[in-house]
Amino acid sequence: MAGNSILGVFAKSPIKPLEQHMRSVTKCCKQLTPFFIACFENNWEEANKIRASISKAEQNADALKRKLRLELPGGLFMPVNRVDVLELLSQQDKIANKTKDISGRILGRELVIPKSLQENFTAYVARNIDATEKAADAINELDDLLETGFRGREVQLIEKMINQLDIIEDDTDSMQIALRRDLLAIEKDLNPVDVMFIYQIIEWVGDLADLAERVGARLEIMLAR
Amino acid sequence: MEILTSYSTILVLLAAGVGFFMAWGIGANDVANAMGTSVGSKALTIKQAIIIAMIFEFAGAYLAGGEVTSTIRKGIIDSSYFVNTPELLVFGMISALLAAATWLLVASALGWPVSTTHSIVGAIIGFAAVGVSPDAVVWGKVLGIVGSWIITPLISGVIAFVIFNSAQKLIFDHDDPVNQARRWVPFYMFLAGFILSLVTIKKGLKHIGLHVGSVEGFYYAFAIAIVVAIVGKIFVNRIKFDETADKKEHYANVEKVFAVLMVVTACAMAFAHGSNDVANAIGPLAAVVSIVSNNGEIGSKADLVWWILPLGGLGIVLGLAVFGKKVIATIGQGITHLTPSRGFAAELAAASTVVIASGTGLPISTTQTLVGAVLGVGMARGIAAINLGVVRNIVISWVITLPIGAGLAIIFFWILKSVFV
Repeated sequence: MAGNSILGVFAKSPIKPLEQHMRSVTKCCKQLTPFFIACFENNWEEANKIRASISKAEQNADALKRKLRLELPGGLFMPVNRVDVLELLSQQDKIANKTKDISGRILGRELVIPKSLQENFTAYVARNIDATEKAADAINELDDLLETGFRGREVQLIEKMINQLDIIEDDTDSMQIALRRDLLAIEKDLNPVDVMFIYQIIEWVGDLADLAERVGARLEIMLAR
Repeated sequence: MEILTSYSTILVLLAAGVGFFMAWGIGANDVANAMGTSVGSKALTIKQAIIIAMIFEFAGAYLAGGEVTSTIRKGIIDSSYFVNTPELLVFGMISALLAAATWLLVASALGWPVSTTHSIVGAIIGFAAVGVSPDAVVWGKVLGIVGSWIITPLISGVIAFVIFNSAQKLIFDHDDPVNQARRWVPFYMFLAGFILSLVTIKKGLKHIGLHVGSVEGFYYAFAIAIVVAIVGKIFVNRIKFDETADKKEHYANVEKVFAVLMVVTACAMAFAHGSNDVANAIGPLAAVVSIVSNNGEIGSKADLVWWILPLGGLGIVLGLAVFGKKVIATIGQGITHLTPSRGFAAELAAASTVVIASGTGLPISTTQTLVGAVLGVGMARGIAAINLGVVRNIVISWVITLPIGAGLAIIFFWILKSVFV
């Protein structure tokens, strides 16, 4: 008799799973801080453990992503565009993937960031994680947005968050430039192959903030409709 | 003519039995659609929903059910065709009831959301058009009824859209939504109380022998609505809020206020459902009783016999008591994303549309109106996800109900004819 009712009309909301996915993503990239601390201490055993934990969080995010995609059939009528939801989801997921790539590359080569760069590099990683957390905060407002029918104060609040996210991303850009300059100054004393990969890691870490900014941008597009 | 006099008691008993069966089916199944949103948004427990449904379904059926009854009884078919053969009308009405009740039972067992209104209208058209003559159907009126099935979801959708948007403007888009909710929710209660009591006073009270002038009725409705709003206000003030809550919890507190409002709209919905849908069961019964008791004379201006409306009301309440609990329990589970603020907008819009339509005598479908209202809230970006596939299935089930109701009625009509003639 369950079908004999109006309530079959209500489908499963994509909002909560989207928030859940983003939580899983931030859980993944937050571990980069302890990961790099372990690397700096040459404690590869610990780093390996953290890398396994990152990988697990990434798999968890992947599972959530697939589940949400399956629960979002075409015939849904939603306050937000279905394509936007799916795009937002895949942007979020890229952050977790990138985190896994970074930890994998470092561990695979037992790559050590030069001592003189370590302090700035740690700050750089932290700032990038800030960006992803800001994006997660914005995503976390989605259920309140639904409550307010996607308009009014709540939208302004999110726009403010996205602005802050842009500022953080700008920060990471200038930090990246400074780090590269510092690396350039000492690169002739280092193993050339290592130097190439350090440049790559710096770039990839910076990608985290870029991706977080793109999550914000997607969110903005979602609200604009 | 002799058939009617020699079998009069049997025919009336048969009609009453089938009518009661139909009312019971309406109570058991259809009411889930009316009360489901309240239970689904957790504003009411199942027990509370059943109690509210019992009281207000009966009140709606008894106080405001008369108008639609007369449309079902006299509006769809041209009774001049039956002047010389009143027994055909009696058989037809009984078979229409039997057909609608059977279809309701089958569809419920299969889990299809059919409309009781559609099945009875289809059944009546069926026996009249095929069993007697296509000219016996007042097609103009039928067109009006079918047209109303398109227009009423539209109207309730628009009302729901406006109500939801007004709630957003007045309450949610503020620094302090909790206090805004406290201020404005009683106003919505006033609105619900006003519409309900106005329709009841204007259309219903004459059936129980009270006549109220139109201006007077307006004042009475106003007074009742104010009482509703004041009582509601008292309850709203008694809600315990978590004052230390941060912004995040704000909306949870707002929803608590809306949950109180939902009790009022649930009453309204039950009342509206009773007033509209009781006619599906008792309209044909009333026709049979009036023909038989007037010895075959059709179209006499006799009022409804006193026991018919309570019989329908009782049938609905009994159906509710026996099966409603199970049905509502099934649908109350698994739905999480309907908060009271959305449920209220949908219910208030649907209830208003139904009671107003009932006042004009149009037999509309409660489920249809509610679906329209839900889509209206969805248009206002209020609901996370609406499954259009299910909406489509519901619409299809409405369409196929007409020919099936008609077909069943024709079969029962021929059987009854061969048994009695």
